Parts: sequence; C-alpha cells; structure tokens
Amino acid sequence: MKSMYAAFAAIVVITVAAWFTLNELGMSSGERATGPAVRLGDGEG
Amino acid sequence: MARLLLTLVLTLFLSLPAAAQEAPQAPEPDRSATGGAPTLEDILRRQRGEEVSNDYRRDSTTDAQTTPQAAPALGPLGGASDSEVWRDLRFNQADVKVSSRGPADRVLVQDAGMWWLQLRQGPLATYGGWLLLATLGLLALFLLLRGRIRIDGQKTGRTVTRFQPVERFAHWLMAGSFILLALTGLITLFGRPGLIPVMGKEAYATLAQGSKWVHNNVAWAFMLGLVMAFVLWVVHNIPDKTDLKWLAQGGGLFSKGKHPPAKKFNAGQKIIFWLVVLLGVSVSASGLSLLFPFELPMFAKTFAAINETGLPQALGYGALPEQLAPHEEMQYAQLWHAIVAFVMMAVILAHIYLGSIGMEGAFDAMGSGEVEEQWAREHHSLWLEKLQEEGEAPPRRGTASPAE
Repeated sequence: MKSMYAAFAAIVVITVAAWFTLNELGMSSGERATGPAVRLGDGEG
Repeated sequence: MARLLLTLVLTLFLSLPAAAQEAPQAPEPDRSATGGAPTLEDILRRQRGEEVSNDYRRDSTTDAQTTPQAAPALGPLGGASDSEVWRDLRFNQADVKVSSRGPADRVLVQDAGMWWLQLRQGPLATYGGWLLLATLGLLALFLLLRGRIRIDGQKTGRTVTRFQPVERFAHWLMAGSFILLALTGLITLFGRPGLIPVMGKEAYATLAQGSKWVHNNVAWAFMLGLVMAFVLWVVHNIPDKTDLKWLAQGGGLFSKGKHPPAKKFNAGQKIIFWLVVLLGVSVSASGLSLLFPFELPMFAKTFAAINETGLPQALGYGALPEQLAPHEEMQYAQLWHAIVAFVMMAVILAHIYLGSIGMEGAFDAMGSGEVEEQWAREHHSLWLEKLQEEGEAPPRRGTASPAE
C-alpha cells in the first residue's frame, strides 16, 4: 500500500506546486486579463 | 479504422449543440414589404421560440465608408443608428477599443451563450446524471445476480508479483486525482440546482471556490499519471487474438468456473486502458483549453477538420461552424469536457467495482502488488505461465524445479 500512499502524497505536492508555479508565472486570470490601464481594487479610486 | 471511429464519435457528440440549435423551420415569410428587414411575423416567431434567420441583421451593420455626422442635440450617434451599432457589436463587426488585454475583451456582446447555458443546465446535466445512476444500478444488479466473483480453485497460499511499485504509483496517481476531479466537477455542474437548496448560498460559495481550486490544480497530477500509465502499459495492451477468445466467452464474468486465457491484461482491461487513454487525452486537452481561457482555442480547427471529412454534412447536420467567438470556443470546450468526463466516470465506476467488491483478490493487484497464484491462474493464465517460464513466479504445482 506504500505506493498508493506515496501517490496520494504526490497528488497533494503536485497540486500545491502547480498552483504556486502558475501564480509565480503570472498565469492568474487577474494578471492575464488586465493591463496597466485597468484599475482593479487599487484603492485609489 | 480507429481514426474513422473517432471521427464518427466526435461528429456525433460535437454536432449535438448544432442540432439543438436547428429547430424545425417554418417557410420564410415574405419580407418584400420591408426590403428584407425583419417583419412583424419574424418578431412573433421569435417570441414563440422559433428559429428566425439573422442574415439580414448580420449584413446590416454600420457601413465602414460612412463617417458618422457630428452628434446633433439629443442624438448621441449622429449619422449612425443605434440599431446598426448594436448589430456591429452583436456580430463582432464593431471596432472596439478596450484597455484590458485579454483576447476576448473586444467581444462585448456574445451571441451564442444561451443555447450553451440551456444545454449545460438541461440535457448535459440530465443525461450525464442518468448515465452515472444507470451505471451504478447495472453494477448493483450484476452484483445481485452474479454475486462476487470468487477464486474458484484451491488457494495456494503463494503469491506472484502483479504490479511493480512504479506501476501502482502511476495507477493511484491517476486514480486519486481522477476521483477528486470527478467529485469537484460534479459539485460544479450540479451545485446550483442540487447543493444550494441543501446547504445555502454562502456555504456553497465556499465549497465551489474550493472545488474550482482543487479541480484546476489536481488536473496536473492526473495528466502525469496518465502519461506514466500509458508508457508503462501500452506494450501489454496491444490487441491480439487471445482477446477475441476472451470476449467470445464474456471474460467468464457471467458464468462461474469459466476462465478464458489472458495475458497480463485481458480484453476487458485493454478496452478500459484505451478508453482511459483516449478519453483522458481528450478531457485533458479540453481541460487545458479551459484552464488557460481563450489562449488554447481548438474547436474551430477541429470543426474544420471534421467538415473536411464530409461526415456532418452526410449526416444531415450541415457544416459545423468554423468561425467561433472566443467565448464560443470556451463553451464548446466546457461541453466536450463534461461529456467526456461523464463517459469516463461511467467506465471508471465499472472498473472500481470489478477491482474491489466485484472480484475476490483483484484489489491486491493494486494494493500490495502481490496476487494469489490461483487468482492469477484463473484470470491471467498466459501471463502466469510466462512468469513461471521466466522463473519470476513459483513453478506450477507438481513440477519440480531444477533447484528442488
């Protein structure tokens, strides 16, 4: 059963790593779909 | 042959939305009095939910050569009419300038959203839900009629290694992530009608957000598991003539004491393998398209390729649309993703049943990796004989090995 538990642990690691990496690469929808000319919640409005 | 079959399945599935749009059309009304523009009859037909041609309106967008006059008092658009501007927006003819930089941001009016929404909330959820319930019902019936498939012969107390640790790792990586993806996908599809009435909007909002996070990020583990399983097992899943014998006897699933010979994987397992690979690749492709919105459109090209075969036209659906707005690409990706996922869930439910309660000794193969020798003899006799010849399994009882 060790392989099964190792795979489940790998799922957790891959999931968190995917989330972290994609965010670091600027792939969040917030970053992909806006530009400098778009003001979203900058608190200056 | 496989390609043709795939094309057929693709055509049938992908043409569902197109077919759904093609309501029976009454004869076109006489529009000579309006110069081709919509008539009162058109308006009434639209109100009755009937299909009305948009050709006139699509062609009646703002003439690019006409410079709008300076706006007179109370006339914000000068020489251009409001109707023309709205038609420009609706049919993606307007020169829209936006500050954001997304590929879909210039589309201000999306003309094809309602049929997608209705299909997603209606037939997709209904037929998909029934498919899963019917699968569970059939499995329960099978268990009732056939009972658990037991090891018929005398157990030997000896085991043979069925799957190496890396094989089990790949299996559970794919299996664990698939179950998470299936559950979170079902929460997303059925949450509004099924969960909000039970748990309330606030709690569901939290659950839905968590589901989305899990679904988006667990997907990578599934794709890795899929690639690993394919590399590890493709050699053992090439169809051969033993599969025909196995299938001819129904795999021995429906009669006690019947055990058709099989290699490492029997024909039923090979079918599951290829379904998981093909559907897994397809669900991954549409999933990536959804994961990176508007950046990986694939349906316009797919439709063009299918149209090239002439199949949709031959089936009477007409050519599939080859010009799709960015949002339409996402809508097709979502529908296809869900349809493939439902089929996969049904297949995997049957696989889980046979690998656990449905067959004695089957879970050990993926649990510890060691299976009872008699189980191997009954379900994978050719594979066991090969192991014995190679000295990787205990020799057949009654035949002394040279070492003995």
